[in-house]
Amino acid sequence: MAGANAGRPARRDLTPVVGAPTDVSPVGRSGVKPAHEQTAQEDRDMAAWDEVAAMTEFRQLVAAKIRFIVPATIFFLVYYLLLPLLVGLAPDLMKTKILGQVNLAYLFALSQFIMAWILAFIYLRQAGVFDDMVRGIIAKLRAARGGQ
Amino acid sequence: MSIALIMFVIFIAITLGITYWAARQSTNSAAFFAANRQLTAWQNGIAVSGDYMSAASFLGIAGLIAFNGYDGFMYSVGFLVAYLTVLLIVAEPLRNAGKYTMADVLAYRLQARPVRSMAALSTLTVSTFYMIAQMIGAGTLVTLLLSSSGIKYEAAVIGVGILMIVYVVFGGMLATTWVQIIKAILLMGGTIILSIMVLGNYGFDLGRFFDAVSHVQYTDATTHALVTKNFLEPGLLYKGGFFTKPYGGLDLLSLGLALVLGTAGLPHILVRFYTVPNAKTARISIVWAMLIIGFFYILTTFLGWGAATLVGRDFIAKNGGTNMAAPLLAQKLGGEVFFAFISAIAFATILAVVAGLTISASTSFAHDFWTNVVRRGKEQTKDEEVRVARIAAFVVGLVSIALALALKDLNVAFLVGLAFAVAASANLPVIVFSLFWKRFNTNGAVIGIATGLIASLVLIIISPSIMGIDPAGTAGAARHLIQANAIFPLNNPGIVSIPLGFLGAYLGTLLGREPSAEAQFTELNVRANTGLGAEV
Repeated sequence: MAGANAGRPARRDLTPVVGAPTDVSPVGRSGVKPAHEQTAQEDRDMAAWDEVAAMTEFRQLVAAKIRFIVPATIFFLVYYLLLPLLVGLAPDLMKTKILGQVNLAYLFALSQFIMAWILAFIYLRQAGVFDDMVRGIIAKLRAARGGQ
Repeated sequence: MSIALIMFVIFIAITLGITYWAARQSTNSAAFFAANRQLTAWQNGIAVSGDYMSAASFLGIAGLIAFNGYDGFMYSVGFLVAYLTVLLIVAEPLRNAGKYTMADVLAYRLQARPVRSMAALSTLTVSTFYMIAQMIGAGTLVTLLLSSSGIKYEAAVIGVGILMIVYVVFGGMLATTWVQIIKAILLMGGTIILSIMVLGNYGFDLGRFFDAVSHVQYTDATTHALVTKNFLEPGLLYKGGFFTKPYGGLDLLSLGLALVLGTAGLPHILVRFYTVPNAKTARISIVWAMLIIGFFYILTTFLGWGAATLVGRDFIAKNGGTNMAAPLLAQKLGGEVFFAFISAIAFATILAVVAGLTISASTSFAHDFWTNVVRRGKEQTKDEEVRVARIAAFVVGLVSIALALALKDLNVAFLVGLAFAVAASANLPVIVFSLFWKRFNTNGAVIGIATGLIASLVLIIISPSIMGIDPAGTAGAARHLIQANAIFPLNNPGIVSIPLGFLGAYLGTLLGREPSAEAQFTELNVRANTGLGAEV
């Protein structure tokens, strides 16, 4: 890419420019600012943000994310905070021995690790679905621009 | 020359070699601040783990568990679960919408100068507290290990400070990352070997191990009588419930909140999302980090309980104190060479974390404060930002050396807890509101950061960590800074300061409306969710 507009995506091109001369080239400010250097005000026309935001697919993506992330966050916060709460409020219950000397308090603490790992993997799988939805949105936008 | 010193020198030589190699690669901002955004998921995952498994984790938690059993393990649990907050809420939107620092996301639709100034202030505060703790830890460790070689605390602190300046100033993010990766692998290796040796001592019979853990003998500090305690049971450190003095249960809850919400506001963790090519890689690297960190923290119980049962609390207390539990366990099980090896790993840990903190602090200063506030977003000369960051790293290094020398006797554990509490109270509320609340505005961000910062700092100063009346004759590290009864009953301010941070950001926003910020929410929302226009 060369010329005064290098690094600046073509108007209304919605895709991220892979391999664009971002500030992998020096951040000197003599020429046109690279895309990521611009404030929201400066690159308003870089992509049709309002248009994307109004798409059904985008709304579905945001809704799907909220449907997953909000319950998942509430779940892990509650599950985690139950530990100090139970230790503080019901110490005798937590001292109940389950396996030999191993008590409920230790097993519950260990279960937090398992919970965190499982939830992380569930999220990884779910995020794959979100990625597909994003690809769908970009493909649709491209098609609308005549396959640019 | 002792074996420990030889191992220290070998590690230093290798890391300086990496720095030399990295210095020949980094020529510009993206290379210096973000390792060219070319790290793979596993590399970044290990580096995140390395940044996180600081001296506070390896030395501190092993010591806490060795002295207080189960209650020390509470730190380990919080440190891991905290990554769910990072993974689910902040990592991907931040990677999609930002550039080098968390302030990039705030400044996206808010007024850049006030917001970036405040963000730089809180970043520098968090980093400094975190860093002084590590530096004091390094000084103490080196003094204990190398006293036979005649190396004193002052020399050790200055040495660590100079090394960290060299890594960051010359090697930038690339060198810092590779130092971090090597150290994380060494640390995991050492921890695994040590855990196996502990279990080997009990014939690999978990039943026998837990039997020993449930009958730990030590001399009580106040009564001087020999007592036997069950180290599997909670309540040894956090005494008292929610409503009864000394409010141990409440303190534990407060700590839990600070840990689980603070990690997502730690600047040296947040900058790591920018070293990978895209949000997906950032996400996978967090899961890598969660696997490594979780495994490590489960093993900390074997180190801590191993030290409690095999070395003994009394012996550790007399030979360097809580922070030396893991090295002393190594000495007991593997002799002098292994002791030197584990100590060298602890030293490497401190060096790497300190370098990571320095680069995040200097990035924030150069990018947020210098380029965007002082220069109003225009570099006056080519590569000015990197040059300013290098100078900032140098100054940050000198200031931390000076502070670590001056605060030599300070109890360091609370400094790290403070860093988490400040991060959770000042940084997290504004990050979350900025990403998810359309009406959020500049007033909200500035007042939110200020409230969280001031509330957490003031509550720490009037807490039992700083205030307390010591019996006559208490000297050195055990002495409280202010000799008066504590005003705030909890050691960790999180349970009060985090809600205050959110409240400050909320009320500040309600002071007025900012149409430009609301208008640009659509763009931020599209970017954060899709990665459109994200920096590659």
